[in-house]
Amino acid sequence: MSAALIIIGLTALGALLLGLRARGGREMHLEQWVVGGRHFGTVLVFVLMAGEIYTTFTFLGGSGYAYGHGGPTYYILAYGCLAYVISYWLLPPIWRYAREHRLLSQPDYLAARYDSQSLGILVAVVGLIALIPYLVLQFKGLGIIVSTASYGAIPSTAAVWIGAAVVTVYVIFSGVHGSAWTAVAKDTLILAVALFLGIYLPVRLYGGYGQMFSAINQAKPGFLALPAKGESIAWFDSTVLLTALGFFMWPHSFGSVFTARSEHVFRRNAILLPVYQLILAFVFFTGFAAILQVPGLKGPDIDLALFRLSIKEFAPWFVGVIGAAGVLTALVPGSMIMMTAATLAAQNIYRPLSGADSVRIAFLSKALVPVVALIAVYFTLQGGHTIVALLLMGYSFVTQLFPAVVMSLTRRNPLTRAGAFAGIAVGLATVVATSLTHANMASLFPGLPEALRDLNVGIVALVLNIIASAVVSLGERAIAAPHRA
Amino acid sequence: MILTRILALVPFLGILLGAIFLGNDSGLIIGLPVLFAWLIAWIILTSIIMAIIYACDPANRTHDHR
Repeated sequence: MSAALIIIGLTALGALLLGLRARGGREMHLEQWVVGGRHFGTVLVFVLMAGEIYTTFTFLGGSGYAYGHGGPTYYILAYGCLAYVISYWLLPPIWRYAREHRLLSQPDYLAARYDSQSLGILVAVVGLIALIPYLVLQFKGLGIIVSTASYGAIPSTAAVWIGAAVVTVYVIFSGVHGSAWTAVAKDTLILAVALFLGIYLPVRLYGGYGQMFSAINQAKPGFLALPAKGESIAWFDSTVLLTALGFFMWPHSFGSVFTARSEHVFRRNAILLPVYQLILAFVFFTGFAAILQVPGLKGPDIDLALFRLSIKEFAPWFVGVIGAAGVLTALVPGSMIMMTAATLAAQNIYRPLSGADSVRIAFLSKALVPVVALIAVYFTLQGGHTIVALLLMGYSFVTQLFPAVVMSLTRRNPLTRAGAFAGIAVGLATVVATSLTHANMASLFPGLPEALRDLNVGIVALVLNIIASAVVSLGERAIAAPHRA
Repeated sequence: MILTRILALVPFLGILLGAIFLGNDSGLIIGLPVLFAWLIAWIILTSIIMAIIYACDPANRTHDHR
């Protein structure tokens, strides 16, 4: 067993113990388990919100994308920043409404706002579908870390199973309290590791950032800018918009909003969190540094870039420290996602359909955790996608909820119940159809100009979504109007 | 309040229009790819803009700041 693997194993064990301790003998009701009893202060909510962002996605996915795709990777810097601007106005009213009505989840919220249980079920289905690729990418990351740190002794399939088992055990024993305390440890470690790698590697291998980027520019002209076709400017802007609007539409982001003690937390976080995004730049530096050092990784293997370079440059114990940071970045969000997915299925889909009592639902929420894990493991082992592609797939789904959520905050909501339902249904159907057939604008409408062909399909689905909800809402009001007069 | 909302649009314009004008520029500026450097600058500017909005927003004065 390598020193790297021992360090990673001890970290996972430590996280588990921290999670168990955080539970602190309190009895776990569903509200306690899911939204932490709504008593987290500024610091913990900040860490939880930040923790969700710095996942395997940024650490391995971000560096891998910089390595394999170059310029288009910058979209990751842009969207979180814009999402926090939106959050300043979006989150406080959602938090207030959720507290008044003692809501536990995102489907609860929309069901209450539109007074429609079937809308709640639809929202839960969208959330559940979107969470699967997000969980798959965490498992893919864990698999990469465990198998690379074992220096090949553990094959990647076994590594994925080990990673999934660790997250599952962690979730079942600790709930959101585990997430918050481990998030503190994780953020500290990831910050240190990302900064170190992003500064040390470019300086040591190239002599500085300028030299590194010049060398890349020389070897691959145009790689550091956006390409004219494919991931072009149109792709970049539509993807930034899609992901910025969808940022807080994830069911687990909604969940962490509910954990706050007061609404001030969100306004203050909107100042701090954008600059926190700068850590991403250092993750990208690491990915860029790998381009000329460990060439040849293709397709979904680009996600290996950071670790391949680390193994080449560092002693096993330090690879272990990097791996430990990586494991924590998968464990914290992974546990949040898993818990949210299981709760969605039990609380927001099964309960309204069956009318079961809350004791049974609380039991089912936990019983479904391993089921969710198994589904995600299945898709992880199917493979074929980069980490970034997986997250973008999830975003195409969750962003479909944005119009209904934003409209619910207006004083006189122009959307009717049926309108909100129709919009989300049309958006969902569009994204499912294009994901299953691997279609995009270019393959569907090859005659369109380049700028339209490169649009992110999720944005196209969002436009259809808005049209459908407007048409149905107007139609419904037109039919209802004569009766009212 | 209207003014703060207009101010909130500025980061969107900076980032989305920046990509349109600088996206295809493959040069370097202060050692970084142009669009990369532009976005880093906007991240910092966005935090400053949000701090201004926070300071101007009456909602942040009336309650305790725990």
